[in-house]
Amino acid sequence: MERVLDPLTRKPSVWRERSETIAFLVMVAALVVAPFVTYPLFLMQAMCFALFACAFNLLIGYVGLLSFGHALYFGWASYLAAYSAKAWGFPPELAILTGTATAAVCGLVAGALAIRRQGIYFAMITLALAQMMYFFAVQAKFTGGEDGIQSVPRGYLFGVINLHNELALYVVVLVIFLAGFLFIYRIIHSPFGEVLKAIRENETRAISLGYKTERYKLTAFVLSATLAGVAGSTKALVVQIASLTDVNWPMSGEVVLMSLVGGLGTIFGPVVGSFVILIMQYKLAFLGEWVLVIQGVIFVACVLLFRRGLIGELARWLRIKL
Amino acid sequence: MVEIFGIPSAALFGQLLIGLINGSFYALLSLGLAVIFGMLNIINFAHGAQYMLGAVAAYLLLQSTGLGYWPALIIAPIVVGAAGILIERFFLQWLYKLDHLYGLLLTFGLALILEGVARHHFGSAGLPYTLPDSLRGGRNLGFMFLPNYRLWVIVASLTVCLGTWFVIERTKFGSYLRAATENPTLVRAFGINVPRMITLTYGFGVALAAFAGVMAAPIYNVSPNMGSELIIVVFAVVVIGGMGSILGAIVTGFGLGVIEGLTKVFFPEASNTVIFVIMALVLLVRPAGLFGRRA
Repeated sequence: MERVLDPLTRKPSVWRERSETIAFLVMVAALVVAPFVTYPLFLMQAMCFALFACAFNLLIGYVGLLSFGHALYFGWASYLAAYSAKAWGFPPELAILTGTATAAVCGLVAGALAIRRQGIYFAMITLALAQMMYFFAVQAKFTGGEDGIQSVPRGYLFGVINLHNELALYVVVLVIFLAGFLFIYRIIHSPFGEVLKAIRENETRAISLGYKTERYKLTAFVLSATLAGVAGSTKALVVQIASLTDVNWPMSGEVVLMSLVGGLGTIFGPVVGSFVILIMQYKLAFLGEWVLVIQGVIFVACVLLFRRGLIGELARWLRIKL
Repeated sequence: MVEIFGIPSAALFGQLLIGLINGSFYALLSLGLAVIFGMLNIINFAHGAQYMLGAVAAYLLLQSTGLGYWPALIIAPIVVGAAGILIERFFLQWLYKLDHLYGLLLTFGLALILEGVARHHFGSAGLPYTLPDSLRGGRNLGFMFLPNYRLWVIVASLTVCLGTWFVIERTKFGSYLRAATENPTLVRAFGINVPRMITLTYGFGVALAAFAGVMAAPIYNVSPNMGSELIIVVFAVVVIGGMGSILGAIVTGFGLGVIEGLTKVFFPEASNTVIFVIMALVLLVRPAGLFGRRA
């Protein structure tokens, strides 16, 4: 809920009004400095996951649709980007486009099916469809089965920029991430985004006002899947592997967790959440199977104790929008 | 050898039998999901993990105390069901007033915890569970060989499913339960302890899952991820059948098991995905599910 301020007695401070802009600048500054402080490869991976989580959050946070099968778009985009770059020799920009288009088509089909049911059924349908596509990935020849598609060439972007240079790749990934992030921000704050929020709050009322909510929901779904596809394709070029891990259900759960930890329905939450979860996974990798248990505990704790997530709680505490 | 549609009849009936076995598990699990959803308005994502716990409990009982299959079939559901009651009291009861999605997220977290702990203790590989002597062997029906244990699984799960249906649809307790599903406030006003009923319902649903787990232990190996693979298929079964009807859940469960078995004979590549494809088709033709009411 936004606080209503009496314009005569209180003028909101400039800092509060511009909180999102300031947070954005802080994030950009941090991402520009970060590669000189820590491993660029890790950061690039984290940015891909952050974009993935932002795309997921567009659905749950702003339309109220819980997709439990977002690994489908991430993973299949990753496969197609990797395959087109390796087998067909596509340059990186075309490989990313191929992967993204795949995700968009998958999103259109799965979304059209899933929006036929509401609430909890929606989550189960998206999960089931993702599992179906997982089995296709297991059986299909081009995915390489258990081995996945390995040593994917990064190539030359637009034929000029050598992406095997880590710094160049970092800049490209950063640009892709920021573009995706701003695109999502734009969607949320457009008239289209306002209708999405109306559907989240009260779908019946939105219908009675004359909005074709199914069309809005499907569009949002396809947008979310497409952006997840951008993230997946980019990830395939960064880590140079596309594998079954990316299409399987734990990946769908992971992106839910990232968004939940950061804060569902906040703009910066998924970014912070994915960095937090990835750092945790790296630092605690030595614990083996206990990582799964810790993730489960975080899930339970988030749902019971702080449903707003890190950024949601911070925004509430500072009384600003983030 | 007799052939039907160019397939040896033994293979056909063999797969049909496997289909019925899988169908029994689909039916038991989707029944539990439907009962829990009816009362708690929560989709129990931990259902698969609780099914796995049932199998693990049977395995541990055999290893540590030497208690075999028959005692396990009683003890494991009680123990796991009791754990379910604790879960409901400690975690789930705080979520009833929130969006359904939080119930799904919390139980998903619980599933991760249970599976992680199991994997830590038993590794990812399956552990064999030996059959009780009384259920070894089988009978020759002329057209196929029918192992006794498989027959037992089908009969037992049918009995449990129909028993549950009878209790819910035909007894006084069941009518309280259905009334509380429709309007808990009114039922409470009549002096019935609805929160306790909710707790017991969850415990019962979880116990059903554990029961299925014990029955599955001798057929599939006991392994930590046996539940998570199954639960997603069961979700599809639930979407196809709709959770409004108990009998619907049972019929859909068995029916889809048989269809899956037949697919294994005629088009083996699609056997993993056939249920999901059927789900997609049902969503196109009857979005509310075969037995569901339009919400």
